[in-house]
Amino acid sequence: MSLMEEMNARALRLGVPLSVHFDLTYRCNERCEHCYLDHDDHGEMTTAEIREVLRQLADARVFFLTLSGGEALVRRDCFEIIGYARSLHFNVKLKTNAILIGDEEARRLLALGVEQVQVSVYSHRAEVHDAITQVRGSLERTLGAIRLLRSQGMRVTMANVLMRSNREDSEGVRALALEAGAVYKLDPTVTPMMDGNTSVLRHGVDASELSSFFHNPNLVGDVERFCAPPPSVDDSIREGLPCSAGHTSCYISPYGDVYPCVQFPLPCGNLRRQHFLDIWRNSPQLLEVRSIRGKDLTTCSSCAHLGSCTRCPGLAYQEGNMRGPSSQDCEKSFVRTGIPSENLKARRAAPQPLLFSHLVQIESTPPVLNLPMAGNPVPSFH
Amino acid sequence: MSEKYITRSHAVAARDLGGEMMIMSAADSNLFSLNEAATVIWQAADGRTPLSEIVARRVCAEFDVPLEEAYRDAEAFVEELSSHGILRVSDQPVADAPSDQAAAGAEPAPQEAP
Repeated sequence: MSLMEEMNARALRLGVPLSVHFDLTYRCNERCEHCYLDHDDHGEMTTAEIREVLRQLADARVFFLTLSGGEALVRRDCFEIIGYARSLHFNVKLKTNAILIGDEEARRLLALGVEQVQVSVYSHRAEVHDAITQVRGSLERTLGAIRLLRSQGMRVTMANVLMRSNREDSEGVRALALEAGAVYKLDPTVTPMMDGNTSVLRHGVDASELSSFFHNPNLVGDVERFCAPPPSVDDSIREGLPCSAGHTSCYISPYGDVYPCVQFPLPCGNLRRQHFLDIWRNSPQLLEVRSIRGKDLTTCSSCAHLGSCTRCPGLAYQEGNMRGPSSQDCEKSFVRTGIPSENLKARRAAPQPLLFSHLVQIESTPPVLNLPMAGNPVPSFH
Repeated sequence: MSEKYITRSHAVAARDLGGEMMIMSAADSNLFSLNEAATVIWQAADGRTPLSEIVARRVCAEFDVPLEEAYRDAEAFVEELSSHGILRVSDQPVADAPSDQAAAGAEPAPQEAP
């Protein structure tokens, strides 16, 4: 067991929310065509409120803090918030489009001890990237910022969301990442909007197109291992937890709402009315999420993929049942192994639209690319 | 024997998880786990208290270990963390050292949620 796995296991045993994703704002200076957020400000938390939330998170022993948005840097107090978070000794990761990062900002992020910056890059071609962000010149500014960050010695990840409009460009972005000394991360997940609107899903690639990505050793490493048949289901898998969401991680919106995960829009409480630990320990919604084991899942509990599927309970919830299948993960398991899931078999017997058919996720870090692997019945902590 | 003063680096993340300190370096993302005795030293690394005093008053008081052996182990531990940039070692007290336990990532005192 690696040290990180030990840390996760200890946090799970102690009931500690090891990781929190905190969106500081939903406002943004780009208008990405696939974005799932409403960018209007409906009353985001003030600096003082955010400082109080961070104090509560430190008391709850949160270790990994991802600050994001919208675009977090459009908040004038963003550096004050980052500085305060670092004074409380969080491990801070910033997700940004980076177009507001110049020399001074890059220096400040490094001086504050931000552990890494993740930047969205959609294409190596300006006409494609800028068409997605709907901001002319955004690729040039983003890449310029990445070079500044790297010149300061900052660790940078280039997150490349895979969509129909940029599906030919992943190798180009990967080459840019290698050239810049950044980690490349391919993410074929297009998430439904927070209000349940699924129209943005039209931007995602079809499941049938994923096969070439799943069989690309540059992305998945050992293809044979990645695409291996699922392990046989035993009691440890049936008693296993579906995901870290709500167990050792959660999500906080700019309005103080707490959810199990950024991709799991089940409201569990609000930090303007309740203390974080009160929500974390006592929210009926979180308690329900935590009660679910592999054996409790409808359809999935009898599926051969139970022990290796990357089933997302948040996306299952958005399909109507947090205990049900998340269709995009069924598709992913099928594309990976060639073995249809129980859910897919049932759908084939009674055909219906697969609303989420192109939602899957790949995460990779060179030189050995790290993807969710078959045979891992424990929660995926990321 | 010259005294050693140890100070926690600002460029780390740290949190007490069940009595053992988890530390991650922002510089290289290396993760460290300190056992209970090492955690005591980390939390006492205020840059003003000599290492010998930390060992004598904190480590030996909390763990049943002879002073000489504890100090030898503490020196090796401090040198190792120093080589990773997690702790700074000085032969003089450090003026701008952190002072509170929150800065050390210590577990807070239990409190009732409102």
